[in-house]
Amino acid sequence: MTTVHSAPKFASNEGVIDAIGETISVWLDGAEEQHGEVIFTAKRDEVARVLQILRDDHEYQQLMEIAGADYPDRPERFEVVYMLLSLTKNHRVMVKCSTDEDTPVQTVTHLWPNAGWLEREVFDMYGVTFAGNKDLRRILTDYGFEGHPFRKDFPMTGYTELRYSEEEKRVVYEPVELAQDMRTFDFLSPWEGSDYVLPGDEKAGDEAEEKK
Amino acid sequence: MSMQIEESPTTDGDVITNYTINFGPQHPAAHGVLRMIMELDGEVIERIDPHVGLLHRGTEKLIEQKTYLQALPYFDRLDYCSPLCQEHSYVLAIEKLLNLEVPERAQYLRVLFAELTRICNHMLNMGAHVLDVGAFTPNLWIMDLREDCMNFFERASGARMHSAWFRPGGVHQDVPEKLLVDIGDWLDNRFFQLFDDAMSLVMDNRIFKQRNVDIAVVSRDDAIAWGFSGPMIRAAGIPWDLRKSQPYDVYDRMEFDIPVGTNSDCYDRFMVRVKEVRESAKIIRQCLRDMPEGPVASTDGKVSPPKRGEMKQSMESLIHHFKLYTEGFHVPEGEVYVATESPKGEFGVYLVSDGTNKPYRCKIRPTAFSHLQAMDMMSKGHMLPDATAILGAIDVVFGECDR
Repeated sequence: MTTVHSAPKFASNEGVIDAIGETISVWLDGAEEQHGEVIFTAKRDEVARVLQILRDDHEYQQLMEIAGADYPDRPERFEVVYMLLSLTKNHRVMVKCSTDEDTPVQTVTHLWPNAGWLEREVFDMYGVTFAGNKDLRRILTDYGFEGHPFRKDFPMTGYTELRYSEEEKRVVYEPVELAQDMRTFDFLSPWEGSDYVLPGDEKAGDEAEEKK
Repeated sequence: MSMQIEESPTTDGDVITNYTINFGPQHPAAHGVLRMIMELDGEVIERIDPHVGLLHRGTEKLIEQKTYLQALPYFDRLDYCSPLCQEHSYVLAIEKLLNLEVPERAQYLRVLFAELTRICNHMLNMGAHVLDVGAFTPNLWIMDLREDCMNFFERASGARMHSAWFRPGGVHQDVPEKLLVDIGDWLDNRFFQLFDDAMSLVMDNRIFKQRNVDIAVVSRDDAIAWGFSGPMIRAAGIPWDLRKSQPYDVYDRMEFDIPVGTNSDCYDRFMVRVKEVRESAKIIRQCLRDMPEGPVASTDGKVSPPKRGEMKQSMESLIHHFKLYTEGFHVPEGEVYVATESPKGEFGVYLVSDGTNKPYRCKIRPTAFSHLQAMDMMSKGHMLPDATAILGAIDVVFGECDR
């Protein structure tokens, strides 16, 4: 497919996977190129080693971002994605690994000092822990917040709301009370995406199955 | 009681311990809601622990509930000092996933307005920075220029700040010819007179230099390791600018220079921004000179809406319009990380699509996160009043930092 979009153009991805993959392939679960992005999937316990090799041997000097993502259907539901930038080669790669609620990922704070806050954010939002990060406090949510808000099973509206109480002369926390239900519109075409089951239809479906 | 002081006010052998103060969250020089726990030894900063997140609104979670088009206005509200540059990253990320071609005129318009946003942002930041270190007048003068920029945004999009004007596939509407003429006139006849006047007050000012030179010197290696970008990394002498090295839209046709610093202190960061404003003006002039005629949004009816008139005439356009504003468009499965050079540094969007009409995950890379994290490293050993200068030179906006 020819590239017609005008998004940032960095150095060519050609041969990058082969050249880098050669040196780190034992610690990888996969490497792919899609939509013009090179993505390495590292084994969880080796991710720090992979990142160190990319930094020291392949000139990816800067860690720009660590993103978390939640895929509840997978056995290891969380993904931690590291975005690396090479100033000298003018190239970007992503390295990702997956984990679950209980298994920690190795920290990379010894490789990049700015990883500290980035890991804190992933911990705060998803509850992924990082072994070796000495300062794994919450960062964006409120003091004393409970739960991890960016998990897919955390409701949009949250659980607590706060207001200033005139009686108690302080800010009080209360369970969320909505005057109107949170509205989510599902505009997906029923012919393409959604699978609507109308009331009563579930029986029809079962009968139809039985008749077959 | 005798009027004489019996005991000396000095502590006479007692050891003064360090003390801790709260800087913010409501401090005029904190540029928003930043709370910093500062450990001071006298007036010397020993340690800073910035507490961010007081403006956290869960933007990324909200975006997951919206269609791609509905999510766009959230980007204006991130860094509310440079709204269009945030939109730029987002629309480019969508276009990269869709592999969507953008008409040339739209690309020129985007570059033109991104640069106008850069000027607008730097006017605010430089004004605030000089205000933080004690100068008042320049701020008033260059705020006037910021107001002019806002008026241009209003004439293009209808809104002064929250434009929502960049759209996947182009821009929302074409601009009136008179607006382009006026921007050119403004650059030629008004902008530099005021700007140069204001800068002549601070650039060689003794007090301004005393407050900024040699404050928060960051070595090249540190700047790289801490993930600096934008004016912060350029002030450290590294000529790194995404507009140049990883050009997007029509930046590869623009001629401009990358200003770099030599000393990597707060003064250099300020001066890099002063120079950048001039380069931005250069780019704007080139855009005005070279901008072709033509459509301003992709002609792909599945992504960008039809014209109003067309919609009333053609059945197909009507269907497209209806589908786009209810269901929205579908984006192919995949993930991309797209970063552009926002006025504050690298502003990135990591967009994961599951093939439906809503983003599965949209992670926003704020520029301020890495810079603010280095606050402790940069301020150590400096005096308390220097903290405001350092903060001013970082150019931090909490809408974007806390998301």
